[in-house]
Amino acid sequence: MVEHGIHATQAVVTLDVALPGIIWGWMITLNMWAKSVGTGVILVGAFLLYRHKKEEMPNLRWMMPLISFIFLNIFLLFTLTDLHQPYRMINIFLHPHWTSAITVGAWMASLFTGLITLMMVIGFFDAHPDVRKHGACAKAAREHSGLYEKIFPFVVFLAVPVTLYTAIIMAESSARELWQAPTEVMQMMWAALLAGSAGLIFISESWSKESRKDLALVLAIATFFSFMMYMGEYFFSFKSSEAEATLAYVHAGGEYNAEFWFGMVLGFIIPFFLAVSNMKSDNKTLLRFAAILALIGLYLVKDVWLKIPQMLPLS
Amino acid sequence: MKLGFLVDLNLCMGCKGCEVACKVENEVPLSSWRLRVKYIDIGTFPDTSRSFTPLRCNHCENAPCERICPVSALHYLENGIVNVDSARCIGCAGCMMACPYGAIYMDPETNTADKCTYCAHRIESGMMPACVVVCPVQANIFGDVDDDTSHISQYIMEHQGAVQVRKPEKHTNPKHFYVGGGNQTLNPLAHQRLEGYNLFNNVTHLEHVGDPHHGVIDRFLAPFTSHEHLDNKSFMDFDNKAHESHEEEGGH
Repeated sequence: MVEHGIHATQAVVTLDVALPGIIWGWMITLNMWAKSVGTGVILVGAFLLYRHKKEEMPNLRWMMPLISFIFLNIFLLFTLTDLHQPYRMINIFLHPHWTSAITVGAWMASLFTGLITLMMVIGFFDAHPDVRKHGACAKAAREHSGLYEKIFPFVVFLAVPVTLYTAIIMAESSARELWQAPTEVMQMMWAALLAGSAGLIFISESWSKESRKDLALVLAIATFFSFMMYMGEYFFSFKSSEAEATLAYVHAGGEYNAEFWFGMVLGFIIPFFLAVSNMKSDNKTLLRFAAILALIGLYLVKDVWLKIPQMLPLS
Repeated sequence: MKLGFLVDLNLCMGCKGCEVACKVENEVPLSSWRLRVKYIDIGTFPDTSRSFTPLRCNHCENAPCERICPVSALHYLENGIVNVDSARCIGCAGCMMACPYGAIYMDPETNTADKCTYCAHRIESGMMPACVVVCPVQANIFGDVDDDTSHISQYIMEHQGAVQVRKPEKHTNPKHFYVGGGNQTLNPLAHQRLEGYNLFNNVTHLEHVGDPHHGVIDRFLAPFTSHEHLDNKSFMDFDNKAHESHEEEGGH
């Protein structure tokens, strides 16, 4: 813009109070990352169960909800911890404001976690018939074993909005031009598929080659499209001056340039090639390595994407 | 009724009286501001000018903070004011992410979101906001923008074409207007912020002020610990006994 480039109109802030820095920091990054794993394992697990017989993945029935449960609780813990008034979280249920994606998301995530807990309990006691043979809870869980299969379709259906609602929170954050709903929604979905496939890779030791090949396929597709989405944003987000100014933090010389590219290489590029090579020749160690890198890279990229719009002065 | 604000930047002389009055009236803690006046120097020597821009909540008709608040702590009053109920706020900071004007802050003493309310408590009693009363040049004009006969409506009519709002592209319909503003003063991306460069350097903050519940564990422990010294009055009742009196130090 020419009016900013000529000396006569150069404008410099000479007195202002300190502006708040990053408000949503690592706890929110961890929250989003953990939720990607928590919902992703369900989505990818459902895909595998659709493609393969249960017998090919013997531990999936109980390990899938267990992983989901653990990561959903990490997500909920850090959601709560990030609140400045954590005990007032109850107000979301007592005084809900339904135009807020935070409210809708909190309700859905709570319901989702409840159903996952139920699946985990049933799945665990079914898979371990010797554990607490006479316990009331174990007995009830085994008696209602069929409930698992009945609620599973609803859980898979619910996993989609639980994955995506954070994108709507970010889109409702209208001060942050970089977080646009269409791209954020897609990024969240790819992140869930990436994290879900990476999470399941760690329990796929005893699975059939074909099912592990499908895991590698999902990981390869998710890393490829995640990378493409970020590159699209990186190079072509020039529709708004705010988005452009935000991206300066990740472009060459920017404060977050190194972390961003570390995330891209570790999270997407290397795991993509490792996953593709694994589809040709099954190598469990390499696949696990790809999964670890993908999870680390995903965290770094999410962290950068969360923080950079908060660096921009709003007033 | 739709209450609105207009600042005539041609009149504002940057005395910061409004800033101070706001702090006193609303007991805004140190390191936080509901209203602040920003100085911007435009041009290069010798053709330079300094502009002063008071910045506060815009009380948008389509407020993103109200929309994103999960518990309706941010809510509309009948007169159009976007008010905050700090007793309900959960401190998620969603409103801080949503407000395109950076007008909301996290109160370090209550750990809840806070912002300018156009002094809603004073308006309820038939008084003007503190910043309006204190302005020595009447640069702050406040009133009902729905009433064609109000001072603010007539001022807007008189200055048609020169009335601006901040970031109209956000479609928030702000009820805070400026006369005499320009791109450099109203667009935060049109001016530079040089790190560490300020008219007054070395601004320090008192150690005991700030977020006393900043640590994660502290947030959970806060309800069980005493808060008696964490309100604004704590600045007034510091312990004199521990020190020598003013007279003993040789003062008058």
